[in-house]
Amino acid sequence: MFKEGTIAAIATAQGEAGIGIIRISGENSLIIVDKIFTNEKKMRLVKATPRKMYYGNIVDPEQDKVVDEVLVVYMKAPFTYTKEDIIEINCHGGIVSIRRILELLFRYGARAAEPGEFTKRAFLNGRIDLSQAEAVMDLVSAKTDKGFDVAMNQLEGSLSIKVKKMIEEVVEMLAHIEVSIDFAEEDIDKVTLKLLEDKCTKVEGELLDLIKTAETGKIIREGIKTVIVGRPNVGKSSLMNALLKEYRAIVTEVAGTTRDAIEEQLNIKGFLLKIVDTAGIRETENIIEKIGIERTKELFNKADLILFMIDASESLTKEDMQIIELIKNRKALVIINKTDLENKIDLFSIKDLIAEKKIVKTSLKEGRGVDKIEEYIVNMIYEGEVKTKENLLLTNARHKNALECALASIKDALESISSEMALDFIEIDIRIAWECLGEVTGETVREDIIDQIFSNFCVGK
Amino acid sequence: MKFLAGEYDIVVIGAGHAGCEAALAGAKMGFKTLVLSISLDAIAMMACNPSIGGTGKGHLVREIDALGGEMGLNIDKTLIQSKMLNKTKGPAVHSLRAQADKTKYHIEMKKTIENQANLDLFQGEVVEILVEKNTVKGVVTRTGAIYEAKTIILATGVYLKSKIFIGEVNFDSGPNGTFPSNFLSDNLKKLGCNLRRFKTGTPARIDKNSIDFSKMEVQQGDKEIFPFSFLNEEIDIDQSPCWLTRTTAETKKIIEKNIGRSALYRGDTEGVGPRYCPSIEDKVVRFADKETHQLFIEPEGLNTNEMYLQGMSSSLPEEVQLNMMRSVIGLEKVKIMRPAYAIEYDCIDPLQLKPSLEIKNIEGLFSAGQFNGSSGYEEAAAQGLIAGINAGLKIRGKEPLILDRSEAYIGVLIDDLVTKGTNEPYRMMTSRAEYRLVLRQDNADLRLTGKGKEIGLVSDKKFERTKTKEIQTKEEMERLKRTTVSPERANDSLKKAVSSLLKGGTTLYELLKRPEINYENIREIDTARPKELLRDTIKQCEITIKYEGYIQKQLRQIKQFKKMENNKIPEGIEYSKIAGLRIEARQKLEEIRPLSIGQASRISGVSPADISVLLVYLEQRRRKKEV
Repeated sequence: MFKEGTIAAIATAQGEAGIGIIRISGENSLIIVDKIFTNEKKMRLVKATPRKMYYGNIVDPEQDKVVDEVLVVYMKAPFTYTKEDIIEINCHGGIVSIRRILELLFRYGARAAEPGEFTKRAFLNGRIDLSQAEAVMDLVSAKTDKGFDVAMNQLEGSLSIKVKKMIEEVVEMLAHIEVSIDFAEEDIDKVTLKLLEDKCTKVEGELLDLIKTAETGKIIREGIKTVIVGRPNVGKSSLMNALLKEYRAIVTEVAGTTRDAIEEQLNIKGFLLKIVDTAGIRETENIIEKIGIERTKELFNKADLILFMIDASESLTKEDMQIIELIKNRKALVIINKTDLENKIDLFSIKDLIAEKKIVKTSLKEGRGVDKIEEYIVNMIYEGEVKTKENLLLTNARHKNALECALASIKDALESISSEMALDFIEIDIRIAWECLGEVTGETVREDIIDQIFSNFCVGK
Repeated sequence: MKFLAGEYDIVVIGAGHAGCEAALAGAKMGFKTLVLSISLDAIAMMACNPSIGGTGKGHLVREIDALGGEMGLNIDKTLIQSKMLNKTKGPAVHSLRAQADKTKYHIEMKKTIENQANLDLFQGEVVEILVEKNTVKGVVTRTGAIYEAKTIILATGVYLKSKIFIGEVNFDSGPNGTFPSNFLSDNLKKLGCNLRRFKTGTPARIDKNSIDFSKMEVQQGDKEIFPFSFLNEEIDIDQSPCWLTRTTAETKKIIEKNIGRSALYRGDTEGVGPRYCPSIEDKVVRFADKETHQLFIEPEGLNTNEMYLQGMSSSLPEEVQLNMMRSVIGLEKVKIMRPAYAIEYDCIDPLQLKPSLEIKNIEGLFSAGQFNGSSGYEEAAAQGLIAGINAGLKIRGKEPLILDRSEAYIGVLIDDLVTKGTNEPYRMMTSRAEYRLVLRQDNADLRLTGKGKEIGLVSDKKFERTKTKEIQTKEEMERLKRTTVSPERANDSLKKAVSSLLKGGTTLYELLKRPEINYENIREIDTARPKELLRDTIKQCEITIKYEGYIQKQLRQIKQFKKMENNKIPEGIEYSKIAGLRIEARQKLEEIRPLSIGQASRISGVSPADISVLLVYLEQRRRKKEV
């Protein structure tokens, strides 16, 4: 459903940067930011002079804790990009602090901007002239489609499974309530307050758990388990060094997945990669021969991402083929190194073997292609192709926003239950929870409930 | 030989529940109206269950009445039992249902139609709609009579190419032994209507004298009867009971053994049936773990022994039906008077309709009821009324009456049909209404009577009554907020009502918020209560006060909803030329041609991104016009 309201989004590129800017637009911008902004003079932001920068802190009022030091500027409607009240918060870059601030904004009444929404508002409010309209439409449609794809990809993982399960539970409750209202005289199991209370409490718990994962940012804390593989001399160490050099990785030796492997941590554009370096296995040895097929498989299975390196200057060997076989159903990036030498690889034949895997060509010796590797890895994370094994992954603030809305409604429903309200009142809040959950998966359809009624209950004349 | 038989403003085809409302509405609005029916003995025939109302449906009847329709008045005249369903639940889902004397229902409605000024009634089968330049000109009957018309309303019910199925036997027939209408379908197809087959069914009628009621549970009506019509204050009759019984393990066995002989399972039928009234064989197969099913036995009227066997609709062969029924508790010696049957018929895909119920691309042709893919007397009547009103408004050159989803169940019903379409005969349910809490049966008059008055359907008497209720409620709410009571004055009554005692003063308004407190048990505290308060006023006040928080929440949602609804889409948009729309969205928008952004957003296959694109496009178009 298309919505209005006050919107917020990160205006700067995501990832590691000096500063990050969050932009808020809409009639409640000032009131919302005022609730989380404070400075030494205890000034109220609602009294701010437009276009003046204010130094202060963003605080979490519930915990009375400073989140970040910021500069805030207020731009008064209609002299802004969207012709609405706009506030920009300049904070320290880095995904954690930006996300915390964004979440606070959502808590106090803003909602996540749809892709392209600032521009759309600018146009609808008459800020952008007609000649640019086509471009705006392209932007809105293209960006939204992409955003949608990203969201869908993310949703194929554990988050989606969890949310879908919750939706099922909620729809089941709704169907049970509705059937006892709309088919009042049928002999069906009556829905009891106790039953609803149990189910709501269960969903409440699940929501709390899921929201908690967002707070710690699993993907950041846990890191993405990455394995570099390839036969001897293909350039694994060079790759490692190239990545390490650039990102000042903290090198720690921990017990890895195999006795012989070392785990390194490095930070790529705000994401933590834990690289299990099979370079720990001596370069002269064939990995598979050394640790055996089963253990290699196990190593691969535990990895979130595999960086598979091929030597461009030699034709494929038996070991390459074995690895290709093993990474068939794994998330992997194929790196063809040594492109500075004469090419001996029939790229076409590899493409068939490693269908749908992304391929990067590098010459680590000449320092070419490392940036490409980083870019690919980051994209794979953003697009949800790569994710940690654990129940990641509320990295998407919009999802979190929606889940919090669902949680609030379930709490309202529990309150109605405890004050013994009639079923149709309890239903109101459960239905809102269902709609919020649907915003995560994009799958709330009224007919679902009716379908459930007819498939689960024997009703009719 | 064709001959000119008459000229009318409105011609209504069919005199079932939709046709009657349409015809009466047109005539009451002052238009010369003709209603044609295959049989005058089938006017307002209740071909299936002998009751009006129920959940969702009861709301529709109250709304029909509030707008100035006939159904509420007619059932009030002919009811033999009344019940308010869902009384233990919130006021929004309290639903009236009445058992009707079917014959009397038909006779009373026929009388009303016969006595209505501007309205002619004629027995005849329409075989052709005359259309010139995409505009209706008239109808032709099977006997060659041409009736010219400015507008035409199709209310053909289940009569189009209808076919009845009983086990291996099937034959062309209308419902309940009437003639089918075998010619009009082909004509409609030629005119571009996209027709399809739907199916429904009805259980057997059985002889009262052959039933052993001593083995069944009696079902009495409510002590106090709430009339359907806002014009009636009370109804005082001796009510007839219904009975409750169950099928047995033996019933299940008989069905399982003979399932292959059911028309449904033989695959003889092509129509799509409704999920909410499965046949007994369907229930047994789909809910195999259920050993027995409940059945209600309901009288068909006061002057007949025929009883309706609710819960046992079937397309099994007649002799299997008899065996199956005789395995039911109390029906061991039952005699069937009419067998159960399934019936299949042609109807239109309602996506071809505008929200006014006019068929797109055929100017002046409206449709209503089962022809539009709905099911049920009440759903039909609601659409009939709206089609009748809009045919009249069209002749007047006025904007059509389109009720939105926040105004009426009728709005939900029609919006669902014309925006989402339906894959089965559509039945109203309260769960389809997202603003259920404000669409109550107790406030239908407050929501709609003003509109009915404006159109010219509502009598002064009814309008005055609604006004009184409205003003009284407003004044009474203010009085309750104003009136404070002291603990000394209140605590005796509160004690009697098992409510916590007051420590300081409070208002009557605050007291009424307590779940256990109502107008009755604070009578003694409330010394200044006006004498002339309507029962309805008191109910409005109680509901508004007790559920204030929830109602406010819903009103906020409605405000958002209205913004989208009021954002109108001009006619003639070429969706295929809007670059940013996805192909599916383009096709859907092109087909449905929504009137507002709100309606567009409810079309399946149109995403929020498409809506954004559409908004930008419309703004662009608006500015181009300004230049």
